[in-house]
Amino acid sequence: MATRGGSSGIGETDGEPLCAPLHRRGSLSGAALYWLAAKVLETRVETHRVKSIVFERPTWERHIPGQHVDIRLTAEDGYQAQRSYSIASAPEDDHLVLTVERLPEGEVSPYLFDVIEPGDELEMRGPIGLYFVWKSVMAEPLLMIAGGSGVVPFRAMLRHRLAAGVEVPTRLLYSARTIDDVIYRDELEDRESSDETEIVLTLTREQPAGWGGYGRRVDRTMLEQVAWDPDRSPRIYVCGPTSFVEKVASTLVDIGHHPMSIRTERFGPTG
Amino acid sequence: MAIISRGFTGRRPEVESNRLPPGQYITHDFPVLSAGPTPRIDLDSWNFEITGLVDEPRSWTWEEFNSLPMETVTQDIHCVTKWSKLDMNWTGVSLDVLLERLETDATHLMAHSYGGYTTNLPLADVMGGRSWIAIGHDNQPLAPEHGGPARLLVPHLYFWKSAKWVRGIELMAGDRRGFWERNGYHDYGDPWREQRYWGD
Ligand SMILES: Cc1cc2nc3c(=O)[nH]c(=O)nc-3n(C[C@H](O)[C@H](O)[C@H](O)COP(=O)(O)OP(=O)(O)OC[C@H]3O[C@@H](n4cnc5c(N)ncnc54)[C@H](O)[C@@H]3O)c2cc1C
Repeated sequence: MATRGGSSGIGETDGEPLCAPLHRRGSLSGAALYWLAAKVLETRVETHRVKSIVFERPTWERHIPGQHVDIRLTAEDGYQAQRSYSIASAPEDDHLVLTVERLPEGEVSPYLFDVIEPGDELEMRGPIGLYFVWKSVMAEPLLMIAGGSGVVPFRAMLRHRLAAGVEVPTRLLYSARTIDDVIYRDELEDRESSDETEIVLTLTREQPAGWGGYGRRVDRTMLEQVAWDPDRSPRIYVCGPTSFVEKVASTLVDIGHHPMSIRTERFGPTG
Repeated sequence: MAIISRGFTGRRPEVESNRLPPGQYITHDFPVLSAGPTPRIDLDSWNFEITGLVDEPRSWTWEEFNSLPMETVTQDIHCVTKWSKLDMNWTGVSLDVLLERLETDATHLMAHSYGGYTTNLPLADVMGGRSWIAIGHDNQPLAPEHGGPARLLVPHLYFWKSAKWVRGIELMAGDRRGFWERNGYHDYGDPWREQRYWGD
């Protein structure tokens, strides 16, 4: 006797066979995730406050784009701090990449931005999460909407799409403050010109001279223009600060997208 | 055993260590974690039900629910995304009140939410003054992004077990996984044993 038959809710319909690339132990509770030491090969400055950290690939097999890892830092006296970071690389890539925005008052992100250098080892475990994920076998048009560092998991999805050679219609709407805050700028430009992926930028604070793109916060009109018609049932991912995600997700519902088609990931409490 | 992070000193929590489970840090904000858009819930059609393994299902309208005895409690909250927020103030109806004199052979329950979210719990964990259906926070109605009009509140487990936008509980003869539990998160979710993910 179930409650309210016919519920089409998230809890009941996400029965996709998402094979977790985990070290399965066959226990009912699923696979265990162990802390592994991951070696830093390179750091890359993405913007004045964002860096990517390139790691030697950990021993797990493959992640699914959209998944994250947990990072653990340990001080001399044993004090530890953990935070989650989305995986920015595709499962097909040679290395694992994380991209971290430095929050001035933060405990972990300034350490990752200021201190970490090639040769360091960081403890991580993962990959984690089976809901905010995209696989190249998914056939619906793919719509990604990012605010700031919320673009990180979408890099994994875009690279995975390219590596898998699929042609699902794909759009990324990416909101950044200024052109210099656009993370992965060169790569996104390449993707757009070579890959039939539409990348739509909106710059909310300042636009360069002659800017032809949007110059305001994501709003209803913009979403009506960029999101496909709800009849095409796009698969929608929204990632960024909480206030951004709340606004975008609810506006998408307002213009007729099914709440179940919208997956959200919230990186932080403020916008 | 852990690798020392060169030059990392960290920001020590300003509370006694017995209030902060392993791997957690203190936040003074009230962050949000949800899998999708915040559902829109009309109070006129809002309903809370107890169904499943029970002879007589129970159901309350919003008005009926609000006339039940309320408690205001102070509780620490621990989210699986690592933040903890201490001394949060909640107002709600104890599950002991809702389940009072109910005959059931159930061992577990599934909380069902508007929007389709589900989470599973052992029945014992919601009894004995350990869980509430909360409709207020800091003497204000519970905001929609935080699960309003009503959310389950089970402070001794990671906060995803405190299902937002709750619309009922289904009593079950055994355990069955809910939404996050099927998507990589632990079946029980005890923050003090750091049961975050499958296999923890
Ligand atoms: C599933 C998941 C994936 C994530 N992926 C990424 C990622 O790919 N890249 C990334 O940079 N971060 C990501 N985050 C956020 C990350 O986990 C940390 O929260 C972030 O790096 C801040 O940690 P901190 O220790 O530096 O700051 P804290 O010491 O935790 O916080 C410092 C202050 O900043 C505030 N704050 C926290 N986050 C934000 C924010 N996003 N914007 C504004 N203020 C904030 C806090 O409320 C606090 O006041 C992710 C979070 C989750 C849950």
